[in-house]
Amino acid sequence: MIDFLGKLTWDAIPIHEPPAIIAGAMMVGGFVFLVALVTYFKKWGYLWKEWFTSVDHKRIGLMYIIIAIVMLLRGFADAALMRTQQAISVGSNYGFLPPDHYNQIFTAHGVIMIFFVAMPLVVGLMNLVVPLQIGARDVAFPYLNSLSFWLFMVGMVLMMLSLVVGSFATTGWVNYAPLSEKVYSPGVGVDYYIWALQISGIGTTISGINFFVTIIKMRCPGMTLMKMPVFTWTALCSNILIIISFPMMTAALALLTLDRYLGFHFFTDTAGGNPMLYVNLIWAWGHPEVYILVLPAFGVFSEVTSTFSRKPLFGYATMVYATVSITVLSFIVWVHHFFTMGAGANVNAFFGIMTTIIAIPTGVKIFNWLFTMFRGRIWFTAPMYFTIGFIITFSIGGMTGVLLAVPGADFILHNSLFVVAHFHNVIIGGVVFALMAGLSFWCPKALGFKMNEGFGKASFWFWLVGFYVAFIPLYVLSFMGATRRISHYDASTGWHPLFVIAFVGMLLIAVGIACQVLQILVSIIKAKENQDYTGDPWDGRTLEWATSSPPPFYNFARIPTVETLEPHWDAKHNAKPIFDESKPYEDIHMPRNTGVGAIIGLFAFTLSFGLIWYIWWLVIASGLAIFACVVARSLDHDIDYYVPAEEVERIEHELMLRRNKA
Amino acid sequence: MNKIKNFIIAIAAFVGSSLLTGCKDLVLIHSKGMIGKDERDLIFTAVALMLLVVIPVIILTLVFAYKYRASNPNAKYDPGFTHSTKIEVVVWGVPIIIIGILAVIVWKTTHALDPYKPIEIEGVKPLNVQVVALDWKWLFIYPEQHVATVNYLQLPVGVPVDFTVTADAPMNSFIIPQLGGQIYAMAGMKTHLSLLADEEGVYDGRGYVINGNGFNGMHFKAHVTSQSGFDSWVQEVKSSPNSLTTDAYKQLIKPTEYVQPQFYASVSDNLFEDIVMKYMMPGMDDMQGMDTK
Amino acid sequence: MTSQILNNHSADHHHDHDAEATAKVAFGFWIYIMSDCILFSCFFASYAVLHTNVFGGAGPKELFDLNYVMVETFLLLTSSFTYGLAMLATHKNNKGQVLVWLFITFLLGLGFIGMEINEFHHLIIEGNGPSRSAFLSSFFGLVGLHGLHVTCGLIWMALLMFQVSTRGLTAMVNRKLACLSLFWHFLDIIWIFVFTVVYLMGVM
Repeated sequence: MIDFLGKLTWDAIPIHEPPAIIAGAMMVGGFVFLVALVTYFKKWGYLWKEWFTSVDHKRIGLMYIIIAIVMLLRGFADAALMRTQQAISVGSNYGFLPPDHYNQIFTAHGVIMIFFVAMPLVVGLMNLVVPLQIGARDVAFPYLNSLSFWLFMVGMVLMMLSLVVGSFATTGWVNYAPLSEKVYSPGVGVDYYIWALQISGIGTTISGINFFVTIIKMRCPGMTLMKMPVFTWTALCSNILIIISFPMMTAALALLTLDRYLGFHFFTDTAGGNPMLYVNLIWAWGHPEVYILVLPAFGVFSEVTSTFSRKPLFGYATMVYATVSITVLSFIVWVHHFFTMGAGANVNAFFGIMTTIIAIPTGVKIFNWLFTMFRGRIWFTAPMYFTIGFIITFSIGGMTGVLLAVPGADFILHNSLFVVAHFHNVIIGGVVFALMAGLSFWCPKALGFKMNEGFGKASFWFWLVGFYVAFIPLYVLSFMGATRRISHYDASTGWHPLFVIAFVGMLLIAVGIACQVLQILVSIIKAKENQDYTGDPWDGRTLEWATSSPPPFYNFARIPTVETLEPHWDAKHNAKPIFDESKPYEDIHMPRNTGVGAIIGLFAFTLSFGLIWYIWWLVIASGLAIFACVVARSLDHDIDYYVPAEEVERIEHELMLRRNKA
Repeated sequence: MNKIKNFIIAIAAFVGSSLLTGCKDLVLIHSKGMIGKDERDLIFTAVALMLLVVIPVIILTLVFAYKYRASNPNAKYDPGFTHSTKIEVVVWGVPIIIIGILAVIVWKTTHALDPYKPIEIEGVKPLNVQVVALDWKWLFIYPEQHVATVNYLQLPVGVPVDFTVTADAPMNSFIIPQLGGQIYAMAGMKTHLSLLADEEGVYDGRGYVINGNGFNGMHFKAHVTSQSGFDSWVQEVKSSPNSLTTDAYKQLIKPTEYVQPQFYASVSDNLFEDIVMKYMMPGMDDMQGMDTK
Repeated sequence: MTSQILNNHSADHHHDHDAEATAKVAFGFWIYIMSDCILFSCFFASYAVLHTNVFGGAGPKELFDLNYVMVETFLLLTSSFTYGLAMLATHKNNKGQVLVWLFITFLLGLGFIGMEINEFHHLIIEGNGPSRSAFLSSFFGLVGLHGLHVTCGLIWMALLMFQVSTRGLTAMVNRKLACLSLFWHFLDIIWIFVFTVVYLMGVM
């Protein structure tokens, strides 16, 4: 029996750790409730047919976003636990989280927020928006898009499972060797980390290739590269970064896997292994990763600023050049994550200067947004609030980032709370604000109704103020010599009051998140009132606003032809039509839905579960099952179909009636 | 150019002094080490340089957002204003100039503050201290004085100290924030950190990289005294009953948390080199008890 | 929406779509190859960093037999050539020839993998397995990664032979043959680097 289940025994359930078991119970309860709900309403068939097997980029995008929002709550719960622990664990009080558990929490928090919140929000928005913006009917490889999503889901499920079965890594979100080696971390935690990231990372790589090909090959007639909307440009650059950098993460994790499972010596202390090799590989991926997140965020702000200022983006060409130069530069800066390794002054100075150079194109972008607002007519919607909050917060975060890039300064700031404050400054102020703005901005397009503005703005204020209250103290603490990742400190350090202030900041952010959840609920309940029948609620400028909301599954009944940078605006205001309405509708070629992605995902999950718990029969069986799925898919030639012209006409007619009725 | 320089210094002085008068616990501001002070000044200079852009950006953001609000009928609306060579030159030019200045500063200071660069003071012989990061405590070996301590560091004031750092546990990072500088401690490798304490006092030292469950307790006090105080401390340690033999070291490297300071009157020769070498050659690990892990 | 599907698409529709799909798939596969190239470069980098760390054990000079590896290399290079002949046969739409050349390619690839497994086996039983030293870890990692790719290529080739024989040279099958061709030549190029960096420079 023991062999049958590998290392898995009843001890894997953390019943002796109250915080873990409470969190686990809540998660399991929520999951069971959801399953019961779906079963009660008999929606499994609907979900499977219309969602799980869907290859429609809009539905896949929505699924990414839904998962990301759920994971945001989990990631934030981790943050709340950490802030609470640090606020009380001083002197003789050791708080309620023992180090082992605390270390799992900060590791999980980082991994979740980056891989299972920020990434799916970015990929989800790209899914929703990019094909529409370039006037395409789908992505280049719809089945692979579904597969990417399900591989991402495997990672997410493993993350959640580590709460109740076994434990998670205690090594920090980049999982440095040699701490993550078998000698120092013999448990399953690091294995959960490895497989959650490896499997979802492969999904991300596939996504990157998919979107790159989509943007390069599937733009509508007339849309040259320099007529692409800025969000698509940033998505393109982000995908280039994915294609180049994610294989490095795959490699780093694969080598670590060989070390842990087969006794190799890539990153071990002994036998000639070199842990610094891991550190280099992981940051060679890790730094571009930040730009994978922040470039699309810049894209969102560009679209939002221009739309709500009712002006074309100021300096479009400059914006594109800036984006491209950030893309290139992001690959030659990774050493700034470890100036204190002892690499020597020339190496450090080189990477320091390269990093500070990134501030130039980034600064230019900020000025461009400013001059987009200049002589505009700004409509203060929630997305615009987030944009203004972003410009201010991100400027400060950029400044602290440059400071960390100066090796001489980094020698005393490295690994202190300064680093934590800095990257939250740019990730909350940049990525999170962008994604919130983006969700409000494109919600009417995706779902057909506008988000509630009141809760949106309330959420913005709580996020903004909460951010400053939570993270400015961390900047100050770093000047008091406070290191990151500690769960207890002496009273003599004088850190306690600032940790308490940071705790209050966390509470404010909690209210901000609550506002967001309420915003979503209220928006859904009041969907009818805020219905957008026009397909263009913001007087938009780019192609996604030229079709109805939500768009039909084929996106555009006729493929648009564009001449200008803002085709939809010019069609509305400058009489430059983008659809040739004189021609009759044509048959539309569409991909068929397929369950293969979901099924491969299921077996990828059992595969990685087997690997984590050394259940070898399960590994072999799952591997064979995945192989069988791939073969079956490759032999299946009936993967697409045509929507006849009459059917397109009927759907378009219905949509027009609906528009006219409103 | 000179004007800019003066302006920067003025801002730096302002920011610096307002912070200096602040909380005494801001150890990076109240640096007591030569290197630490230079690093602090570097931070002030870099921040001041960048504020030259950041402050106008923040002000412009608020002004533009207020002035060009849709409800303001007096603001000019010019949707055609999407390009201006003048503005583009400025928005590229200003950051380039600032980053250019910063790049020069980075190049110079990175070399000046390189942790490997020995601090040279005429007539003063640097003190060598060997540092070993263990699970979960710091071992300090004074090779010239032949004494060793755990989680306790004693340094003479005004004497350059050359730390040679390694680890016999997962990687860590060695820092005494108030004296400045930081360097990784890695098994099988030797890194260097040169520091100099300007003032007597007791300063906190820490491990800055997470290395397992005992991470919270990986801190120590660095006591900086006069040279004579240091010498008498060495004599005092020499009279303590413990000595760090190979066997004692095997006991010491077993994981322990929140370790109180310990003092060893003598150290087995070449202990530090052996600790480094045990990761480099097969067989060496048996001697030093890798099996205890 | 699925209920309204009709399958009466016309022939020229199909033709348009095939051309477009071929362009996308070929381009996408190129991009995949590029990203795979980066995966290999990380393994190469590891080898470059670790290859001197023999940890008191045997190094490349003692372990590698250049003549043996030359035969391996010869097998793989020839297999690339025969795959090229298979591709020429697809252009001539000659199904029989395609199958023959694919089969020969398959045998050559199998020979390569067989020799590699034999080499690994010898190293391991002589105590020079991957856990002996970081050098051997990185050697097994890099060469093993290449071997794993070749093995995947062989499985893919077997599946394609099956598809060619049952379905004939349809547009979709041709597309897959072209992708495998890219993949196979790519592995060849990687091997030339492995041969040079690991074996030649190791023994020199």
